[in-house]
Amino acid sequence: MSALQIMFDALSLGSLYALGALGIALIFGVMRLVNFAHGDVIAFCVFALLWPSVDAIAIVFAGNLPWFLLIPFVLVMGAGLSVLCEFVVFRRFRNTNPATMMIASFALGFVIRYFLLMLFSSRPKSISLLPELSQPVTVLGARIPLLQLITILVTVGVLVGLTVFLRRTRFGLEMRAAAENFTMARMLGVRANRVIMVAFALSGALAGAIALILGSQTGTANIVMGANVMLMAFIATVIGGMGSLAGAVLAGFLLGASATLLQALLPPEARAFRDAFVYGAVILVLIFRPQGILSARGMKERV
Amino acid sequence: MRQTSSLTILRRTVSTPVILILLLVAFAILSWAVGSRPFNQTVIDILVQVTLVTGLYIFIGNSGVISFGHAAFACLGGYVIAWTTIKPMMKKNAMPGLPDWLMSMEIGWWAAAALAALWAALWAGIFGAILMRLSGIAASIATFAMLAMINAIYSNWSGVTGGTSSIVGIPIIRSVWPYLAVASLAVIIAWAYSISRHGLILRAARDEPTAARASGVDIPRARLIAFVLSGAVMGAGGAMLALSIGVVTPNTFYLGLTFTTLSMLVVGGMGSLSGAVLGVLILSSLIQVLRWLEAGVQIGTSTFALPGGVQEIGLGVVMILILMFRPTGIMGNRELKFPWRR
Repeated sequence: MSALQIMFDALSLGSLYALGALGIALIFGVMRLVNFAHGDVIAFCVFALLWPSVDAIAIVFAGNLPWFLLIPFVLVMGAGLSVLCEFVVFRRFRNTNPATMMIASFALGFVIRYFLLMLFSSRPKSISLLPELSQPVTVLGARIPLLQLITILVTVGVLVGLTVFLRRTRFGLEMRAAAENFTMARMLGVRANRVIMVAFALSGALAGAIALILGSQTGTANIVMGANVMLMAFIATVIGGMGSLAGAVLAGFLLGASATLLQALLPPEARAFRDAFVYGAVILVLIFRPQGILSARGMKERV
Repeated sequence: MRQTSSLTILRRTVSTPVILILLLVAFAILSWAVGSRPFNQTVIDILVQVTLVTGLYIFIGNSGVISFGHAAFACLGGYVIAWTTIKPMMKKNAMPGLPDWLMSMEIGWWAAAALAALWAALWAGIFGAILMRLSGIAASIATFAMLAMINAIYSNWSGVTGGTSSIVGIPIIRSVWPYLAVASLAVIIAWAYSISRHGLILRAARDEPTAARASGVDIPRARLIAFVLSGAVMGAGGAMLALSIGVVTPNTFYLGLTFTTLSMLVVGGMGSLSGAVLGVLILSSLIQVLRWLEAGVQIGTSTFALPGGVQEIGLGVVMILILMFRPTGIMGNRELKFPWRR
């Protein structure tokens, strides 16, 4: 494996984690909610393409749409489910402490997961989602799957788009204000419900994007498929500094890079433990920087 | 002066463990009197869960930090049972990488359970020394990372843990009494810890961290003590779980177990030992009813069965509703006491 290939692997895995971390950090920023249901929203988006059945063979339903309809469909499903979660559950928890919200989201994630289990059974199903993306392309002499390139490009696009949205639009300004000091922002005329709705919709759409990437990468639909990305995304938000979007993205890429490097450098018999090494490294980072790499302003406990 | 005050605390609070243990004893006697095999198994399940949730309570209840990682200690405990109680002949096939002294070891359940608690406590000490420096949400997520790490190791260390495949051959204990003994011991440990100096310090730090720190409380150290103790109880709980079902896999002790134990604690009341035990009793009854409905009920000539997964959905919904309308759980911060004691 050439160094260039390792770099592309690291970037595409990092992109996936960064998108996940962004989805978690967006919601955490506006309402201090650590959304454990995020991974199950990802799984839901993939299963939204299938018709409910407990058979081993997937009955593709919406998955037959052409790509220019399929992609918006998945993003809208993610955003819709995410907003629904806010509307039905999280709205009632606005004024409770973060720990209570976190447990509620954990329970909600389980409800979504077992709802999928009820409709689709727990067996993984093979699907072919955007199969044209698995062809290899040659970039700078390295043969990499087209999907990897697209993953990286999409992530860069999302990051640029989100930055523009947050820096240049009124909504973005309101969201940043709400993340900084929610009470003060409300007093200055920011509409809380709207800002939180938008945050959930964006986070859900990001989950949809991850679902598309994971679905076409692995070619399977599995009710626990979001769990690993979600865990890495959580860790990225913690070591990035809770509430800092830039920190979350940076940490996501760092995690992706370290996982890929470990995969390449570890002796073969230790490769199975790659994730354990990554988690261990994270715990080590937390010893030296318990506040995270880039800690957000306004997050220190005031006395 | 000091002596009298701690005696007063003892007298004032001792009724809680007594009531809770009497409750557990009543369940055990009931199962012995009924004598039906499935009911016996149900009571054993409940007693195992009581041990696990009490272990979880020792840390979460006293420190106020939500831990998603305690199932990892149950995993450590469960595998100690597999290492030390399965017949050496069978171990050679399932776990060929065990060192010789462990391969030939075959000890009684109580010694194995004690070893399980020690092994879990050792790792709780190592992880806790790092994790307890964090606080709030970062600490919770770090415990989650710890769970994922231990699960990843146990799922891949094929020589020693058999990888993701199930390890069978653990001698199953069908009598209810060992489970009763361990569950009662867990309740006594939790109560003794919560009225001890360390327990009081930790609860003070939970409610008023700034004031506690100003009074010279070393919060990470106070949390670490609770973490190690609850890790040991979780380890014993995991050991009893392994002894009750006779099979261990890494996924027996992963998110599903985290979810059920946490929901029981939340529903009962995170800040109360009585809440932990009552939460188990209430949710176990609910789970039994849902399981029974999932298996199918004969109504007239047709069988009515709920689809699989309803059990977890029901549990999740109950948990969310409790959090919405009664965030401190059924018991809140109160404990069960004899009414005539003040």
